[in-house]
Amino acid sequence: MASKVIQAFYDDDDVLMHAVKEVKAAKYHIEEIFCPFPVHGLDKAMGLAPTRIAIASFIYGCIGFVVSIVMMNYIMISDWPQDIGGKPSFSYIQNMPAFVPIMFELTIFFAAHLMVITFYLRSRLWPFKEAENPDVRTTDDHFLMEIEVHNNEKELRELLLNTGALEINISDK
Amino acid sequence: MYTFSKRLKIASFILMAVGLLGIGIGFVSAPSTVEEAKAIVAAHDDGHGTESHEEVSHEAAPVQHDVEEEGHDAVEEHGVEHDASHDEHLLHQLQNKPWSALYVAAFFFMMIALGVLAFYAVQRASQAGWSPLLFRVMEGITAYLIPGGIIVFIILVLSVMHVNHLFVWMDSDVVAHDKILQAKSGYLDPTFFLIRAVIFLGGWILYREYSRKYSIAQDESNDDSYFKKNFKISAAFLVFYLISESIMSWDWIMSLDPHWYSTLFGWYLFASMFVSGITVIAMVTIYLKSKGYLEDVNDSHIHDLAKFMFGISVFWTYLWFSQFMLIWYANIPEEVTYFVTRIEDYNLPFFGMVVMNFVFPILLLMNSDYKRINWFVVMAGVVILLGHYIDIFNMIMPATVGDQWGIGLSEISSVLFFTGLFIFWVFRALTKAPLQPTRNPFIEESKHFHY
Repeated sequence: MASKVIQAFYDDDDVLMHAVKEVKAAKYHIEEIFCPFPVHGLDKAMGLAPTRIAIASFIYGCIGFVVSIVMMNYIMISDWPQDIGGKPSFSYIQNMPAFVPIMFELTIFFAAHLMVITFYLRSRLWPFKEAENPDVRTTDDHFLMEIEVHNNEKELRELLLNTGALEINISDK
Repeated sequence: MYTFSKRLKIASFILMAVGLLGIGIGFVSAPSTVEEAKAIVAAHDDGHGTESHEEVSHEAAPVQHDVEEEGHDAVEEHGVEHDASHDEHLLHQLQNKPWSALYVAAFFFMMIALGVLAFYAVQRASQAGWSPLLFRVMEGITAYLIPGGIIVFIILVLSVMHVNHLFVWMDSDVVAHDKILQAKSGYLDPTFFLIRAVIFLGGWILYREYSRKYSIAQDESNDDSYFKKNFKISAAFLVFYLISESIMSWDWIMSLDPHWYSTLFGWYLFASMFVSGITVIAMVTIYLKSKGYLEDVNDSHIHDLAKFMFGISVFWTYLWFSQFMLIWYANIPEEVTYFVTRIEDYNLPFFGMVVMNFVFPILLLMNSDYKRINWFVVMAGVVILLGHYIDIFNMIMPATVGDQWGIGLSEISSVLFFTGLFIFWVFRALTKAPLQPTRNPFIEESKHFHY
């Protein structure tokens, strides 16, 4: 379905925030906003659902923690036990203090890396991906707000101009 | 202006009175002769007979003086003489008990005020924008440094005067038979020890008083000159503090086990005092808010304090484990006795404290939303404070009372007394100036602080 969208350009994040609030107050649905940098509080103003990346990160950390325990048990206790510094590795629990740094590192390693990878995939970003930005200026110094048009082009154009939009385009999607 | 509510004042007086009574009873009921000491131990538990005692004093307390002397001089002469010196050793441990309980509590509350002072200086030196609304709360808490520091100092003076025997190295008989202590006698010298204490306490109190003065003068002033002055003295104080706090930890705590040493001990103690201090800031702030003061302090401020509580708890655990693991791995006898004593005689407080100071806060305060729920932060704070009391308990008690420890009348009364004194002094100081600074250049930023 080819739907029409209206694209409003802004050049200041404060003006943009203000515009978002006004558009929301006028009960229009904002399709997307493209920014050259993250704008603090924009997600809340747009009414987006809160992120669940923290929960994912906690789960990844737990996985890393378990992996480290199993890994060290296999390497140091069951596969090739050695006597290091008068501490023979025949029991996991007795050698546990030596494995704590590894547990710590792997917990962080898993949480951090998997969280970043999740974030990229969830944002549909991967190598050689074509940019989705409708206008290259959103990678430089302009902000772009996209709203779907349903035969209300005139009112929308008026509203957006009043919020301080610099330029307004209509494009087919 | 804040007015000290009558109920809180009465509560603090009751705490002090009950605590004082308990401390007094603890001192009176301490044994004065060997026979009394033996009777107390026999009454406490019959199963804990002489057999197990000899064992423990041998392997677990090489630092204690009688055992030490014996180990060096009379290895062959066991038997009657051994029993007699062992009994005397027991007497000394039981006599030390009320003193140690007093010292642990006195140090713990002094440390809270000092931790808050360090946090305050960090806020000043970094010119933080979020915290100026909390400055008066912090200044109120640091007011306790004066009585708290003086009480700790008096206990140290009494130790030097041999009124109590907390510090083994102050006993010249012990030093005469101990090569390691002889080598350290240049530093572990009673006079030099007290001079250092005076310099440290004097420096901290001096900074506290000047910073408070400038902070109030800034409200009346027409420019930011007092703010800048406060910035300068805070930066200078932090340098002084980091050095003096480290040396203080060697002097006042590490030297209780004079053979043992750990190079990160200063940091470890710092983490403990920092997290306790921040916890108390959060608790006092939440209390004042619940009484209708500090209207501009919002959930984001509490959230930030809770983040610090969470972060520094993890930092404390990192240092606790770093100290433990290196000593455990190297397994050098004179170092490892420190942990052997604690794991054998203090098993529950030693590992219980890790649960209270690490597992509990990490699980409770990890969720971002929970850091904004005030009662949640208070509950987590109570556990953190108890955990760090036990931390100090574990640092001091094994050296002074050995396996004769317990959380009894002396310990609880000492905590009650200092809680009362702390509440009284802190809230009295809070009444002396408006709770909200008016002319701090960052006050607007702090009011609109939003996360």
